[in-house]
Amino acid sequence: MNRFKGFLIKEFYHIFRDFRTLLILFGMPVAQILLFGFAITNEIKDVKIAILDEAKDNVTREISDKLLSSGYFILYDNLKSVKDIEPEFRKGIIKEVIIFEPNFSQNLYKTGNANVQLIADASEPNLANMIVGYTSSILMDYQKEIAKSNNTNPSINTEVKMRFNPNLKSVFMFVPGLMAVILLLVSALMTSISITKEKEMGTMEVLLVSPLKPFQIIVGKVIPYLLLAFVNAFVILGLAQFVFGMPIVGNTILLILESTLFVIVSLSLGILISTLSNNQQTAMMASLGGLMLPTIILSGYIFPIENMPYVLQLLSNIVPARWFITIIKGIMLKGSNFSYIMKETFVLIGMALFLILLSIKKFKTRLE
Amino acid sequence: MRIIRFILKKEFLQIFRNKAMIPIIFFMPLAQLLILSNAATYEIKNIKFSVVDLDQSKFSRELISKFTSTGYFILTENSYSVSEAEDGFKKNTSKLIIHIPPDFEKDYRKFGTAKVQAIINGEDGAAAGIINNYTTNIVQQFAKGVETEWTGVSGTEKNPRININYSNWFNSELDYKTYMVPGILVALVSMIGLFLAGMNIVKEKEIGTIEQLNVTPIKKSQFIIGKLLPFWIIGIFELAFGTTLGFFIFNVPMLGSPFLILLLAGIYLLVILGMGLFISTFTNTQQQAMFIAWFFMVIFMLMGGIFTPVESMPDWAQTVTFFNPISHFSRAMRMVMLKGSGFYDVLNTIYILSGYAFVMLTFAIFRYKKVEG
Repeated sequence: MNRFKGFLIKEFYHIFRDFRTLLILFGMPVAQILLFGFAITNEIKDVKIAILDEAKDNVTREISDKLLSSGYFILYDNLKSVKDIEPEFRKGIIKEVIIFEPNFSQNLYKTGNANVQLIADASEPNLANMIVGYTSSILMDYQKEIAKSNNTNPSINTEVKMRFNPNLKSVFMFVPGLMAVILLLVSALMTSISITKEKEMGTMEVLLVSPLKPFQIIVGKVIPYLLLAFVNAFVILGLAQFVFGMPIVGNTILLILESTLFVIVSLSLGILISTLSNNQQTAMMASLGGLMLPTIILSGYIFPIENMPYVLQLLSNIVPARWFITIIKGIMLKGSNFSYIMKETFVLIGMALFLILLSIKKFKTRLE
Repeated sequence: MRIIRFILKKEFLQIFRNKAMIPIIFFMPLAQLLILSNAATYEIKNIKFSVVDLDQSKFSRELISKFTSTGYFILTENSYSVSEAEDGFKKNTSKLIIHIPPDFEKDYRKFGTAKVQAIINGEDGAAAGIINNYTTNIVQQFAKGVETEWTGVSGTEKNPRININYSNWFNSELDYKTYMVPGILVALVSMIGLFLAGMNIVKEKEIGTIEQLNVTPIKKSQFIIGKLLPFWIIGIFELAFGTTLGFFIFNVPMLGSPFLILLLAGIYLLVILGMGLFISTFTNTQQQAMFIAWFFMVIFMLMGGIFTPVESMPDWAQTVTFFNPISHFSRAMRMVMLKGSGFYDVLNTIYILSGYAFVMLTFAIFRYKKVEG
């Protein structure tokens, strides 16, 4: 036990002596949460549009004003003819063109039918969808206003209630995802580097001939990072709660236990990577290049899993972050208790066991 | 020139000797491109929903079948109380509850108005917004249909009406893959470039071989160029190969000139590699270098408009993207590939990227010291 303590102290020295890494390790989650929490929203803002007004009458001017004063759109250009549309789009600045037909107001009030055409730049499909949606709803509002006098129609009203996230804040979506990304990468990356570094420097030899058992070496390597990741998790949760007002509806202790479980999975992943690679470069490229995008894309962090093709939904099952994100969202936003997240928890435990067993099998006590 | 050739030879030898790295540099990014491009879709379909129908009338059943017949919604559960249905939110078996109060049909016949409640799981704000739109639209359509049935005239026909026709240019089917393939490709190439370059010089420092290089007559700039070129060649190769794959496998259009893409990529890679080498010169260990590189990569990627549109960020964040090379490059890539933008359309981007490349490389060259201490 004494030997083990000595080894553990050595590991802590390694970490605390490298001040820069430590700074990044703690500064990064803070910077990222703040940046993304404030920067990424679901609303559109200041989208540049062009208007081709072939009518130029009071109604079209009123509608244009209404669109531009909404805060969603900025008028970039008034176009003169349909021919100008395509070159304008090619410049990549405007995202939508609104075309009012000639004699718009006469058509509207005499025949009761006026046409407006929206052309969206769908090379960004998601944005195009949103822009068309926003524009249409402003146009419909205008139509409602002029029809106000005639408002005795029978109707069915939809009352919409948003559960768990009434203001649809995207931070609520971002925090769990970011937490998974940061914990996974910090844990996996740091452990894999720290073990392969000993290999690269030749000091692994020294450790292997010491009376420490391989198992103790691994545990000693992992414990400091477990603690570090833990501090990070607390910082992220604190920021989420106090800066962005994200609630923790469920049980905090359960949340902490689940986070620890996830960190253990990530650390085991790091150990596995380090047993498979001989130098730091390989370990880092594997853990960063190989884990970063799958964790961002396949975990349900940004893109909902149920929209993916079936094969990829199956594939997403092996991404640990997928299960963890479901768990934190459940606990933090929905107040789920253990019975709701039992399946996810067991999957993570299974992953941890599998990864640890595999690394023990692959861990070589001899150097070639 | 001869000196640079020697450094190049050494670097390539080093890269290709490490057997574990070859698959990581070449196969991993392409595999990720092929797999992840399919996953990155915002398209919302198969929305699981449950129904609390307390009216049980012909009316309410018609409304529900209106939902299921759109193809966007899948009915997973019928329950008799809202709280029971909300359990489905926690179990992740539904995203939407349609709650039809008792006397739904009666109210409509008597007073001409009736109410439906839609309870949406708001965890994922963006998806919830879309579900909300779909739901209100369907109810609106249903109301219109019923109205025509009852009164014989559609109510809106009495009022002046604005017809909205919309068309989606450049991607009329709103296929997310054509949008995502260039984006993910940019992300992957940037990652590989920045990480490899970031680790390079610092590795020599850590192992001690930098000393041996420092005592040779290699000039600073020759050294940086020699370090940079191998990764530049690898990056260009990967980008070209990835674009070709995208073209043949995902039918991503290539409306503009492929040479323009190569030109943009060439300049862009200088920025990223310059940045990597710069990081490499002021760090002491590979670990530090990797962490700094990772920090910037995550920010560049998530704030660069690859996954979420820049237009949905607040003003200050939109200003910040000006300093984000990924944002410039991915936008230009998409413009050229998907819209067929020409040289003059992206000229501005070329200027900006060249400026960054110049600044980064100058920094890297100045920061690299041959003398210790």
